[in-house]
Amino acid sequence: MWLNILQGTIEQGLAFSLLALGVYLPFRILDFPDLTVEGSFPLGASVTAVLIINGVNPFLATLLAFFAGMLAGMLTGIINTKLKITGLLAGILTMTSLYSINLRIMGRSNIPLLRETTILTVIKSWGLPERYVSLIVFTLLVLVVKFLLDYFLATEIGMALRATGDSPIMIQSLGGNTDHLKILGLGLANGLVAFSGALTCQYQGFTDVGMGIGMIVIGLASVIIGEVVIRTSKIIFATLGVVIGSIIYRLAIAIALQLGFAPTDLKIVTALLVILALGAPTLRNFMIQDEFAERLMERSVPDAQIK
Amino acid sequence: MLRLNKLHKIFNYGKVNENHVLKDINLHVPKGDFITIIGSNGAGKSTLLNLVAGVFFPEAGTVEINGEEVTAWPVYKRAPLVGRVFQDPLQGTAAEMTIEENLSLAVKRGQTRGLKLGLNKERRTEFRRLLALLELGLENRLECPVKLLSGGQRQALTLLMATIGDPQLLLLDEYTAALDPKTAKQIIAITDRIVTQHHLTVLMVTHDLKQALAMGNRTIMMDRGEIILDLKGKEREQITVNDLLAKFAARSGRELTDDRILLNR
Ligand SMILES: Nc1ncnc2c1ncn2[C@@H]1O[C@H](COP(=O)(O)OP(=O)(O)O)[C@@H](O)[C@H]1O
Ligand SMILES: [Mg+2]
Repeated sequence: MWLNILQGTIEQGLAFSLLALGVYLPFRILDFPDLTVEGSFPLGASVTAVLIINGVNPFLATLLAFFAGMLAGMLTGIINTKLKITGLLAGILTMTSLYSINLRIMGRSNIPLLRETTILTVIKSWGLPERYVSLIVFTLLVLVVKFLLDYFLATEIGMALRATGDSPIMIQSLGGNTDHLKILGLGLANGLVAFSGALTCQYQGFTDVGMGIGMIVIGLASVIIGEVVIRTSKIIFATLGVVIGSIIYRLAIAIALQLGFAPTDLKIVTALLVILALGAPTLRNFMIQDEFAERLMERSVPDAQIK
Repeated sequence: MLRLNKLHKIFNYGKVNENHVLKDINLHVPKGDFITIIGSNGAGKSTLLNLVAGVFFPEAGTVEINGEEVTAWPVYKRAPLVGRVFQDPLQGTAAEMTIEENLSLAVKRGQTRGLKLGLNKERRTEFRRLLALLELGLENRLECPVKLLSGGQRQALTLLMATIGDPQLLLLDEYTAALDPKTAKQIIAITDRIVTQHHLTVLMVTHDLKQALAMGNRTIMMDRGEIILDLKGKEREQITVNDLLAKFAARSGRELTDDRILLNR
């Protein structure tokens, strides 16, 4: 029984790791807190679902979902760079618009996909063992995406993209158009997020307009867990960390559920996790200061010992 | 090479805090000139360099580089022509990226960047050769993230990057101010070597008056948005730091004030 739960958890972690990569890219590479994610995840799912129930090839539907997400991310980039609206607000504006757009695309708030042809049912028909189809397909897809992303970030454009987040003044002085690079990076990231949404809806068998809520925090949690597990400044290990972080995050959630947490409480648990992880260095400083102050009070440390 | 015509820069135009920072600047810089720029704090030296680089645009007047009018070009578009080293050693390099990755960004100065890998064997060999010229041992640390380098090492790397990809004009804005004297000296020596080797035209802002006279072939002095002195040739060869201070007082009607200015006469 618990082996089944474990397998399901890993499958979810893999599907969501593409979302986590799409959060990693703006947050860690572009230094851009992008909230578009909350809208581009359900966008990917709704585009896929509508195309599939209208008989479009599921592979094509998934690919188109990627491009739809890319457009959404580029929109955020354009609002930010061309209209000079802060990145945070630009993302919120796109995300809010996408709620309406997603409802328009779907025509209703929920589309079931249970008896439809999805990429998983197609691949199953190729003769893969039914029990492991999702696991195998997701593992392969995630590996391919990870390596493509690694490769891209090592190309001339990809390096310029990294420099845009690291030192925009420098890359401009070397001829990089940081506006265009940002738009490209956000497009790519949200393409990945929508791709994740496309896989998730086919995996769980339905699309819901509210399925994007909390995705940014889930993505962040995965990124942060990944950074704790693999400390590195090398991209190839960092992206691996993000994938592993996403799986560990799902495992943690599964354990929380087994411990009796209500599913509705998971979002606050996730948020607390992120607050703790991001706030840890500051908290630690406070604690050190307090401890030192106490020591001074209690023992009145001689001056020479204070460094 | 560089021509500034009737250049005006006004910050916050039409607002209460309007600030007319550059007033009718005319400057012609022939190819190969190495100009040192001195002046009081807030005189507009950095603003002048920023207008040449395209960081700000002038309210009036034109900027011409190599016979081409570039007044409205943004920084990235001027990059093929202009290399820059900043006062803050942190600004000229990407901290999280390695030395070789930073250099590979410079190789594509002003060219279209594609989906080819940024690094390959030939490039690495070339980078090693270039880094060896700095004599800082960086040629053995290609894969070291730049954030682990000292300020001086980062500034030397920035200088190298600013001169890769064949820019014609080099802008240096108090780029040794944040370094200790010994490192500053080293960086100056490297600059001299690179500038001679590439026949670069240079604008260098400095607060070290002695250095201003020792380096380059021409010195301009700025005060309150104007060029109040333009020294070259014989006149410049014979002048001392004391004369310079006297001239400043005579032209501007006050003492040269900048708490960072180095007088070492
Ligand atoms: N981005 C800016 N916005 C508004 N005012 C500026 C800006 N940059 C510089 N200034 C003002 O322009 C004046 C000249 O500054 P600057 O060119 O940095 O002087 P210098 O480099 O000669 O010390 C100063 O009064 C400064 O406050
Ligand atoms: Mg200045």
